[in-house]
Amino acid sequence: MTDDNKSLEEPLVDDPERRDFLNTVTGVVAGAGVVAASWPFISSMNPSSDVLSKATTEASLTGINPGESKTVEWQGKPVFILRRTDDQIKNMTASQGGKDPEADSDRIQKPDWLIVVGLCTHLGCVPSRSSDGWFCPCHGSKYDNSGRVLHGPAPSNLKLPPYKFVSEDKIVIG
Amino acid sequence: MKNIISWIDRRFPLTSFVKKELTEYPTPRNLSFWWNFGSLAGVVLVIQIITGVFLAMHYKADAALAFDSVEHIMRDVNYGWLIRYMHSTGATAFFAVIFLHMARTLYYGSYRSPRELMWWTGQILLLLMMATAFMGYLLPWGQMSYWGAQVITSLFGAVPFLGDELIIWLRGDFTVGDATLTRFFALHYLVPFIIMAVIMVHLVALHSVKSSNPSGINLADKDNIPFHPYFTTKDLFGLCIFLVIYSYFVFYQPNMFIEAENYIPADPLQTPVHIVPEWYFLPFYAILRSIPDLLGGVIAMTISVLIFAFMPFLDRSKIPGGAVYRPFYRALFYVFVIDVLVLGYVGAKPPEGYLVFIGYFATALYFGVFAILPFLAKKEELWLRKKGLPPELEALIQSEEKQKAERMVARRKAKRARK
Ligand code: FES
Repeated sequence: MTDDNKSLEEPLVDDPERRDFLNTVTGVVAGAGVVAASWPFISSMNPSSDVLSKATTEASLTGINPGESKTVEWQGKPVFILRRTDDQIKNMTASQGGKDPEADSDRIQKPDWLIVVGLCTHLGCVPSRSSDGWFCPCHGSKYDNSGRVLHGPAPSNLKLPPYKFVSEDKIVIG
Repeated sequence: MKNIISWIDRRFPLTSFVKKELTEYPTPRNLSFWWNFGSLAGVVLVIQIITGVFLAMHYKADAALAFDSVEHIMRDVNYGWLIRYMHSTGATAFFAVIFLHMARTLYYGSYRSPRELMWWTGQILLLLMMATAFMGYLLPWGQMSYWGAQVITSLFGAVPFLGDELIIWLRGDFTVGDATLTRFFALHYLVPFIIMAVIMVHLVALHSVKSSNPSGINLADKDNIPFHPYFTTKDLFGLCIFLVIYSYFVFYQPNMFIEAENYIPADPLQTPVHIVPEWYFLPFYAILRSIPDLLGGVIAMTISVLIFAFMPFLDRSKIPGGAVYRPFYRALFYVFVIDVLVLGYVGAKPPEGYLVFIGYFATALYFGVFAILPFLAKKEELWLRKKGLPPELEALIQSEEKQKAERMVARRKAKRARK
């Protein structure tokens, strides 16, 4: 090492600890400032008010025969409305589903009407109707007539949207 | 002209920079055509940026207008079809070139000391490129675009605790929607410029450690030749061949890499029967699908991309160079390449029947190759030693070891001195 370097390494101030303190304070304040300033930008990426205002959907239940289903849009997501036959109700009450066991009665308000969010809980594809439930075309998850996952990569049952019956044949979702 | 240059030179090191980094830049004389892909990738990036800027002049990032605006580009804009096909084929070309570039690095061991930083900046570039390609794929707003984005953003739902909020934050909506489209467009335009910046770092690193070469051994100064005219010519020749192949696809097979399904406008209520990602994501997609658990699949897929970064740690053989002098490593390389092709095939097909099991097996093999590498490298070294290394190689290894030991001693001394 040359002498030049040595002189550089010698403290330039009388009390180097005060310098350290100043550096730390500057760093902390700058860091906190960056974090605080980035909040509006991060937050701006969340759903805007007009998106949030799509929150409820009214759906009419007329014209759906037993065993038939209908898809309505809620918050941009498909919602399946299935009018179940007596057979289907019987089978569903008897079973607990598959890998995410749940009683059928916890998933419905009226036994004939099953209302679930039509997005596969695996990666969000829309399952298609099959004879005994739904089948997801993307990676092959199977759901029963209560929207419970039977097998496939989906981790949980089809989600239940919040909804209520406003009359015999009309529901409000959301 | 001369006056202008000398005016600049007095204020900015133009001539000396060009001389040092370009014309007289020392390059190994034995580079094969496998060393063409780096500069080729740079050219493809430029093609993508130019065509992309012109597409952006006519494209509308709005869920109601996007699909039609792409058709408007195809039918009404002068040469719009050409610019769009150049851009869509360019994406494929970019990945093809980069995969070959990576294969060369793996085969010839170019990721090994002292080029680890080149490999890691390259890894960052690959990730940025994948992100750009993925976001760009949403923009035509066709069925495949839509459901590809839906599935990939859903992957973030596997993040513990924050998952659901994270997905909504990424999409700006409860499902992929208008908000998602506009932000993807903004980022698709931005990231290529970040890629440019990282390429600069990649190149600065390259010009500090210099190119590797097929022998895998650092050459003596006398074995280097100036970059210009030898490699400018060679790169230009390679570029011409590339352009012939590229033009064939642009003009004769432009739809080969566009799914027919993507000519149907996005429909949030209807998933296509069979969704597939773009070909360059297929092997990773196959790995995702082969793990029958969401979180596990996402982790496996993430690792399958990032694991390349660990190559300098996994491969600790003392035998210099790449696969040329290392029969075990070479065998492993080919097993890996074939495995990736098999995974690509599995990823392209619906997950049915025996393909599911091939998927399991190929996924296990993919990670197995990386897991076995450290042991194999050791075994191989012993085996080669037993067979007898050529004396030059032995001398080379010894000198490397000595240098390493000297560096160690120097470091320890410095430490003691500081105390
Ligand atoms: S999205 Fe339904 S199985 Fe993967």
